[in-house]
Amino acid sequence: MKNLITSKRRDVLKTMAGLAAGVLFPKFLTAEQESVKPMDWADESINYNPHEHTWGMGVDIDKCIGCGRCSNACKIENDVPKEPFFFRTWVERYQVKENGETIIDCPNGAIDGFEKHPESEDVLRSFFVPKLCNHCEKPPCVQVCPVGATFQSADGVVLVDAEYCLGCRYCIQACPYGARFLHPVTKTAEKCTFCYHRIVRGEEPACVEACPTEARIFGELDQKASPLHRFKRMNHIGVLKPALNTEPKVFYAHLDMEVK
Amino acid sequence: MLSIFRNIRGFMMNSWLSKAPEQIKLLVVVVILVISAFLIIRPLLIPDDFGELGHFRTGALNDAVAIEFKYAGRASCVECHDDMTEMLAAGYHKKLSCEVCHGPLAGHIEDSDENEPSFPRERTLCPVCHEYLSSRPTGFPQIVSQSHNSLKSCVTCHEPHDPAPPEVPSECSACHGEISRSKAVSHHMDVECEFCHTTPELHKISPRQYRPDKPQNREFCGQCHTKNASNDTDAPLINLATHETRYDCWQCHYPHLPEAR
Repeated sequence: MKNLITSKRRDVLKTMAGLAAGVLFPKFLTAEQESVKPMDWADESINYNPHEHTWGMGVDIDKCIGCGRCSNACKIENDVPKEPFFFRTWVERYQVKENGETIIDCPNGAIDGFEKHPESEDVLRSFFVPKLCNHCEKPPCVQVCPVGATFQSADGVVLVDAEYCLGCRYCIQACPYGARFLHPVTKTAEKCTFCYHRIVRGEEPACVEACPTEARIFGELDQKASPLHRFKRMNHIGVLKPALNTEPKVFYAHLDMEVK
Repeated sequence: MLSIFRNIRGFMMNSWLSKAPEQIKLLVVVVILVISAFLIIRPLLIPDDFGELGHFRTGALNDAVAIEFKYAGRASCVECHDDMTEMLAAGYHKKLSCEVCHGPLAGHIEDSDENEPSFPRERTLCPVCHEYLSSRPTGFPQIVSQSHNSLKSCVTCHEPHDPAPPEVPSECSACHGEISRSKAVSHHMDVECEFCHTTPELHKISPRQYRPDKPQNREFCGQCHTKNASNDTDAPLINLATHETRYDCWQCHYPHLPEAR
């Protein structure tokens, strides 16, 4: 009788442990059968495997003329709401004065370009900084999403599942670069996708396409022949807020210390 | 599943649990119910394709690529407009995509008759890039549009597809900016410079050697401003025979801004 009881208890414990493992770590059970499979695209004309790419962008501050064609093109391409405050990419103007004060302005995301700033006197140096989602290697926004609506694709692009997003705004709070906003109509989080619909079809993002001075360079980070890889080799590269350890994949050449 | 429950039941019957107080038994049942409810409901709430490629819905990738192109890309323009793109590729604007000026043209690629590109001729487009701003990189060609041939469309002097600065000015205002700005806001704005100043073509190349002429007498102004002048403008009319006959017109009236006193 005693044997029976112990044997049964062992069985029960085994089953319970298995169950608990299954509930807590479902991947643990399935990981062995599942290898990396290519994506089955609904649009069959797409022949793109996210596992074969790592995308990044380079921005040359010395080439940016502040025309704002990028933010304008982005709004058109991605149907970003036309009213101000909603931008997937935007251009900031930095004016560092002789007394160390810095004026930063960004009139309507620069979609109509810039005009002379009324306070631009005693300016020591001045330049434009295009900004967008940094598609961080360690994205804080993905960590905080409670439902898995914000995620990092295998090619390193951080995307938002608009159907799955609750609109809780955690990610907007978490992003240190202010790259996210809540869409006023759908009430879901939105951000730059590197124009995912374009890059899977072999096109460049709209902002890169529209840039008249090639201040933006888009390409593969892992392939040495890519123009972005060369850009990183040939220039002094900085990223935004490196101390946060988010490992951004938007690289700035000739970035001023003043840029936040 | 069944065997699990049978095991649990046997375990409960035979162990110390059978001697446990009633409320503990109830608690065990409640805990088991909660766990099984969680196990049943969880798969119903989570989409089938969640977690296939990571902690997200695989369908989200399909949603992300379902947007239609608005910008076709510069390679698409070359297919039909190779003459223009060749010209563009040889000039200063070689890095410029067609769609920066002509607007997003994916629709034009689909149906070129329905979706006409825009051909902007206003003075507002070029200054977006070329207006002088101290923040722009040194060496980038910039103008102050207020004083640069104001009121003239940029394309009058500059071919946007090959925007080399014009060597020979095609407009008087390129050099005579101050006069042209005064004239532009005066009643004489529609009077061409050459109406009053006959200008030899060589003046543009060697301006001091070949000079334009000036009106010589009162009768020249009288062409428009005498009572019997045959013109359809609203020009103020005078009688040449009685109006301050001792003076030439331009001794009192500045022709480039005649309303000035």
